[in-house]
Amino acid sequence: MEQFIQQLINGLAVGGIYALVALGYTMVYGVLKLINFAHGDLFTIGAYLGLTLLVSSNLAGLLTPVGAAIAVFIMVSLFVALIGWILERAAYRPLRNANRLSAVVSALGASIFFENAIMLIYGARVYVYPEFMRPDFSIPLLGINVPFMRLLIIAASVILMVCLWLFIQRTRMGASIRAVAIDQAASRLMGINVDRVISLVFLIGPGLGGAAGLMVGIYYGQIDFTMGWTYGLKAFTAAILGGIGNIPGAMLGGFLLGVTEALAAGYIAMAWKDAVAFLVLIIILIIRPTGILGERTADKL
Amino acid sequence: MNRKALYILIPAALCLLPVFSNAYWTEVGVMIGIYALLSLSLNVMLGQAGIFNMGHTAFFAVGAYTTAILNTICHWPIFLTMLPAGAAAGLFALFIARPIIHLRGDYLLVVTIGIVEIVRIALINNVFGLTGGSNGIFGISRPMFFGFKIVKGIQFYYLVWGMVTISLLLFHGLWKSRFGRALNYIKEDDVAAEGCGINVTDYKLSAFVLGAFWAGMAGTVYAAKMVTIAPESFNFMESVMLFAVVILSGGSQIGVLASVFLFIGLPEVLREFSEARMLIFGLAMMVMMVWRPQGLLPPLARKYPLAKRLLDENSTEKAA
Repeated sequence: MEQFIQQLINGLAVGGIYALVALGYTMVYGVLKLINFAHGDLFTIGAYLGLTLLVSSNLAGLLTPVGAAIAVFIMVSLFVALIGWILERAAYRPLRNANRLSAVVSALGASIFFENAIMLIYGARVYVYPEFMRPDFSIPLLGINVPFMRLLIIAASVILMVCLWLFIQRTRMGASIRAVAIDQAASRLMGINVDRVISLVFLIGPGLGGAAGLMVGIYYGQIDFTMGWTYGLKAFTAAILGGIGNIPGAMLGGFLLGVTEALAAGYIAMAWKDAVAFLVLIIILIIRPTGILGERTADKL
Repeated sequence: MNRKALYILIPAALCLLPVFSNAYWTEVGVMIGIYALLSLSLNVMLGQAGIFNMGHTAFFAVGAYTTAILNTICHWPIFLTMLPAGAAAGLFALFIARPIIHLRGDYLLVVTIGIVEIVRIALINNVFGLTGGSNGIFGISRPMFFGFKIVKGIQFYYLVWGMVTISLLLFHGLWKSRFGRALNYIKEDDVAAEGCGINVTDYKLSAFVLGAFWAGMAGTVYAAKMVTIAPESFNFMESVMLFAVVILSGGSQIGVLASVFLFIGLPEVLREFSEARMLIFGLAMMVMMVWRPQGLLPPLARKYPLAKRLLDENSTEKAA
């Protein structure tokens, strides 16, 4: 039982990170019907940028580790959001009216570009996050010692998701994002500036992704330039699992995938962990072809 | 450039390439040929029928491993394993595609990504004790062609490009047939196709199995060329490359060839930039798509001799 709860909490922590990255995929898909394959690499940029800021500046000395973490968090999100915005302008906007798959190839190109840019700037080795950023004590919870780090990651991802949820549901801008996701042409007629909404989505999605990259760095302690592919693929799977384009679906899918993986690693075999995750995805899609929370839209005639 | 000129210039250039270049470029030519075979087979699904398959290397891997296992354990000659390799890949495709073929575009895309990952992980974990784990299988023998052993790069070059030529002709015939028209209709609008009495599921499945069969046979050639095969050669990135090749091509066969040369040849040409070459490559991918969103050479509209026949009938009527 104790092993089960440990794996569950571990799964929730990883799942929270997957969910944050998945939100970027699902929001972009919602407004553009585009799979942004470069999103995983924006996440990697977040991890590397966080490391640079923590190591090179004396933030931790000035603000204590907690203050430094929050400051770096905000800076990384803003910077990655800016890169996402530029990416949309340069690589996706010219293809807005083209075949949907042309933009997918452009996104794949952007992904290769970013991955190699990181490799050229930082070199092809594994980087380690500074020790003082990683509290390694445990706190007793229900009679089980739970690492504090895991709870922190879960809390941070849940807080970010609640903020996003409130923004989408309660503000005017959030309403316009929802409107554009449903029908672009009609929202344009209603006076919504669709281009601005798309830009906004490309600020929020990569911002969350960059924050998730920083969280992976703090949680696992080491980062490498290819991790964008692995996490990106998992997060994208999570988005599909929940029903792509659906914001609560991405959150649910992320947690579900994280927990499935952790349980598979604990009870089946570490080596088959990824295969089990994909197998679950295939089975769920066979049963529900549009994901768990995906709407069943009738085919337009 | 005129498209007809391309049909003459490209084959001529291909025949003469190994004669006028060194061994290195011949090897590159062999790799381009194998990728051309794979891309042509993916084009049947993705380019012609609009099935979003981003896991094509899974079938390539099944074919290559079938050849390797039959050759190293049962000592079958390479060419004899080609049909079993294709059949194994085709059967595998049929088995996995049956429950998922009705999935909408992007959902199918991620499932095929999942399949290529599952296949790779299964190969690494030495499934059935036959695949040799992460080291793969080595000691695959060279193919014998009527008592003539194919060893050198230049011999493989002509073998591979001979197969590409045969595939081009066969797929061209396919595209002109009722089957090809049905696939194109499904790609444009599957609901309307269903309404016109086309069995969408059956046609999509046939296209899927046919493409997988061809990829399996390409796997045979790959295994024979490489002598050693390992799971890492069949990763997701390779599938992504094939996907990008077919999308950039625009869907015509000549476009696929041009696009394969760009994708596989360009990183070789950029070798002098050493570490930065993939950076430039990624940038080139974006620029090419923005420059030609419809693809390099999209297929020309189908032509039917109807108008001419009517004209002839008109003129005979007038004469009479």
